[in-house]
Amino acid sequence: MDTATVKKIAKYLHLAELEKREVPRITLQYPELSVEEAYEIQEHLVQIKLEHGHNIVGPKMGLTSQAKMKQMGVDEPIYGYVFDHMVKSGQEISLSDYIHPKVEAEIAFILGKDLEGTNVTIHQVLDATEYITPALEIIDSRYENFNFTLPDVIADNASSSGVLFGTLLQPPHKLELDLIGVTLLINGHTRDLGAGAAVLGHPAKSVAMLANMLGRRGLKLKAGQVILTGGITGAIQFEAKDTVSAKFAGIGSVDFVVKE
Amino acid sequence: MHDLISEKAARFSAHLEQAELMGQGVEPLTSLDPQITIKEAYEVQLATIQKKLDTGRRVVGKKIGLTSIAMQKLLGVDQPDYGHLLDDMVVGNGETISFSRLLQPKVEGEIAFVLKRDLIGPNVSALDVILATDFVLPALEIVDSRVKDWQIKLQDTIADNASSGLFVLGGKPVKPTDIDLTQIGMVLYRNGEIMNTGVGAAALGNPAACVAWLANKLFEFGIILRAGEVILSGALSAAVNAEPGDHFSARLAHLGEVSVHFNPV
Repeated sequence: MDTATVKKIAKYLHLAELEKREVPRITLQYPELSVEEAYEIQEHLVQIKLEHGHNIVGPKMGLTSQAKMKQMGVDEPIYGYVFDHMVKSGQEISLSDYIHPKVEAEIAFILGKDLEGTNVTIHQVLDATEYITPALEIIDSRYENFNFTLPDVIADNASSSGVLFGTLLQPPHKLELDLIGVTLLINGHTRDLGAGAAVLGHPAKSVAMLANMLGRRGLKLKAGQVILTGGITGAIQFEAKDTVSAKFAGIGSVDFVVKE
Repeated sequence: MHDLISEKAARFSAHLEQAELMGQGVEPLTSLDPQITIKEAYEVQLATIQKKLDTGRRVVGKKIGLTSIAMQKLLGVDQPDYGHLLDDMVVGNGETISFSRLLQPKVEGEIAFVLKRDLIGPNVSALDVILATDFVLPALEIVDSRVKDWQIKLQDTIADNASSGLFVLGGKPVKPTDIDLTQIGMVLYRNGEIMNTGVGAAALGNPAACVAWLANKLFEFGIILRAGEVILSGALSAAVNAEPGDHFSARLAHLGEVSVHFNPV
């Protein structure tokens, strides 16, 4: 795929995000699109967003559950980037800011040190992590009906679109991150649940794999970045007037109300 | 326990017993008698338990089944069921189970309650349960069905002692007042591989609420939950099929680990 096409597709996806409009998935027109080319498109998309004055908060992991990897036929997760304009502070979000959003409960890592290499271990991750905090990630594919193949979703910045963080920050060492029980509730009803181990066996494993995937591309995780490690629960749809909340054992909760 | 066992309950109890004698599942009771009621199904269960008690077995506790929304949907019901735990169902932590003791086992990770005070319905609350509980432990429940291919309706599993098989208690005793039972995370492993994860709230939103339901349900039968009884409060994730040679373990936050082997046959 030539650079002009890569740039054209990145603009196409960026426009869909700006206009909050679902578009046909790109593999309909480019059925041969490879994972490698998809990451090139994602890099251009990231570049466009940086040129628009947005800043990277940190990378995020996607397809971290066995169920999702099986569904997509892959044995490695994917990553994308969360930008500052996607972080919602306060307790409300507007449905009109999204196309067809879904929410999942995750644990976020805040790095105190860089993580670089292709053999980064869980221990190095925990050592480099200053804090963890609970998060609700809002994913919103730019594709029609949330329907995509692996290269499509990679090019689309792993469906990144929003995140709300918890208010408690804790050092990771005191916690058994894989045994943190999580419930995701909508209007008080439990809609999904799980424990930290749902994310690749341990949320820190997700960060280690992310560091290694970036390492293979000559990139690294940087001190200060906030990393979303992947859904402990499945992605759940919500509607206007819903109250969405997630409870995380020992590390607090995150809530938001959905406006029109 | 009931003094009078109806002819029907005795007959259906004998039907299910055939499964254990023959080593293979039998026709569901609901296909022998599509009209069988939930009350009659419990009478079948009590008839079977009474027979076992007559041969010297002892009740060590109860189990609660169908506590997840997913299982209730699957069977088209809106409440749990319960069964009896007998002394010969107890397996030590880390021990090996002979596969010949089972027909078609599945494994679930749960929280077990051990009572320090009797719990008497009909108005027991989740708070009463916590106050009456001596300690909680991590448990593996090996569920099994005497019904062919697990083709069960609600009445079938109730009559079949709520599909009880064996159970393993592990970890360390923890006071229920020291932890938030609803948010305890659980990971279930088969042969070292993660099968699924769960959390306390998977059991009716709160495992203690399951025990409260049990105490109140038992009141209908004139049965009291006694101090010292073990109560398996309900699966925290989906049941996983067990094969000969498998090793299962579960880790629960604050409670520790529990494991069991199935012999390779």
